[in-house]
Amino acid sequence: MIKLKINGVDVSVEEGSTVLEAAQFLGFPIPTLCHMEGLTPYGACRLCVVEIGNPPRSKLVSSCTYPAEDGLVVRTSSERVMRARRMIIELLLATCPQSKIIQDLASKFNVRQQRFKQEYEDCILCGLCVRMCEEQMMAKAIGFRGRGENRSIGTPFDIKSEVCRQCGGCIYVCPACQLRCTYNEPEKAICGGCANLAPPCLEKENFHDMMCYMDPCVACEIRKENN
Amino acid sequence: MQQVEIADILARHGEKEGGLISILESIQAKYGYLPREALEEVAEKTGHALVDVYGVATFYKAFSLKPRGKHLISVCLGTACHVRGGPQIAKEVKRQLGIRPGETTPDKEFTLETVNCLGACALGPVVVIDGHYFPNVKTSMVKGIIDRARDGLDKVEVDKDARVFPIEVSCARCNHSLMDTEHKLDGYPSVRVTVSFGQKHGWLELSSLYGSYNTSSKYEIPENTIVNFFCPYCNAELMGGSLCSECGAPMVPMIVRGGGMVQICSRKGCKGHMLDLL
Ligand code: SF4
Ligand code: SF4
Ligand code: FES
Ligand code: FES
Repeated sequence: MIKLKINGVDVSVEEGSTVLEAAQFLGFPIPTLCHMEGLTPYGACRLCVVEIGNPPRSKLVSSCTYPAEDGLVVRTSSERVMRARRMIIELLLATCPQSKIIQDLASKFNVRQQRFKQEYEDCILCGLCVRMCEEQMMAKAIGFRGRGENRSIGTPFDIKSEVCRQCGGCIYVCPACQLRCTYNEPEKAICGGCANLAPPCLEKENFHDMMCYMDPCVACEIRKENN
Repeated sequence: MQQVEIADILARHGEKEGGLISILESIQAKYGYLPREALEEVAEKTGHALVDVYGVATFYKAFSLKPRGKHLISVCLGTACHVRGGPQIAKEVKRQLGIRPGETTPDKEFTLETVNCLGACALGPVVVIDGHYFPNVKTSMVKGIIDRARDGLDKVEVDKDARVFPIEVSCARCNHSLMDTEHKLDGYPSVRVTVSFGQKHGWLELSSLYGSYNTSSKYEIPENTIVNFFCPYCNAELMGGSLCSECGAPMVPMIVRGGGMVQICSRKGCKGHMLDLL
């Protein structure tokens, strides 16, 4: 067993746990985005930052990838952590404002401004879909491509993958795809316009034989009505 | 036919794990780019998933998934070249060829790319065409250089090879002279650099006579080893961006006094070299 201190409380956790697991075990909430039980921690979104060590020599680390160590002092919602977390949410909002998950995070953490250049990406490169496809679906149909600002997710050569089983797992885990706005009017994307729900599967033919995890889904109902 | 060649390349690299990048390099060297079928074959034969092979192939700038032209023009936009006018050179090359970086001219003659530092900052702005360095390029020189490249740069080189003459060189990074007047080889001051290979690290002197391959060094360098060259003054690694046309080892560029570049192969025993005088 490993003994560490989280938010002033002594706790012992099993060898091999991460700080995130230890904190969740104790009931200290830490928001996560690119972390999912059953998938390898990846540390992409940094939302799960915590402060380790004693100020002024403390530092911020991503708790989902940081192993619990004996004697570690962890603070999960110090002022410094909250400031960093809000900034991360603000940056996520700048990248992908139409994501319901990111919008919810913003409202939960009281992020009321977005001071960066507004983009409308449909991916935050969290890698959840890639790990889902590889580790749970054993398919390895999609992966990261390119680098820097050209980094993207998709199949090799952007053609239909022979190994994809269309299980829908990648869409299920995606924080940017789930309940995505249509963003017909990008400027209004953070407005809660998702009430007029029209997910992309309504327009795109190739979503037809996709198993859907959003059952019952408004989009399907609309389609049924139209036919 | 292609299948056989790729099978060959794979066989040469053996079964060992982790050789993906060198396999892709060999394929790229052979075809000038990475054909889709080749990547599929590599994935199949090596047991890597196609996404992983594709991910590696698209991650590194050195790999191209599109066929490249006969000549590859790399314009340096690294920090040193940038402040010395690299962007204007790039613009002029773009204008002359009518293509953007990453593209190939419709006649498949030229491919243009921009790179970040070629290891010859003292010479900025630098343009490299098919492994030949062009230092201190001005916009007015661009057209001439492209025309020379179209005729084939290696052709120009051959007649220079025939002559044997001494050259004076300096470090491509700090421009400090590398000539050592105290130690002579072939009766001329030698070129002194620091080299390292394996665990060894020591001086190496090269004959400054162009066409002579005499050297002397602190440690005996075994044939065929690729050694790392360093400038004894600024300690920068002298490896350049281009590869030896004879054996594929990295080339070592040095500045020739009076204008120009000489490149020598970093493999002991290989006689690959290039000289471009301006
Ligand atoms: S739908 Fe295809 S790409 Fe997505 S997780 Fe399933 S197998 Fe992978
Ligand atoms: S597509 Fe979705 S799940 Fe995949 S990396 Fe992008 S945001 Fe994450
Ligand atoms: S949840 Fe830890 S970095 Fe994303
Ligand atoms: S910046 Fe151009 S060679 Fe270094």
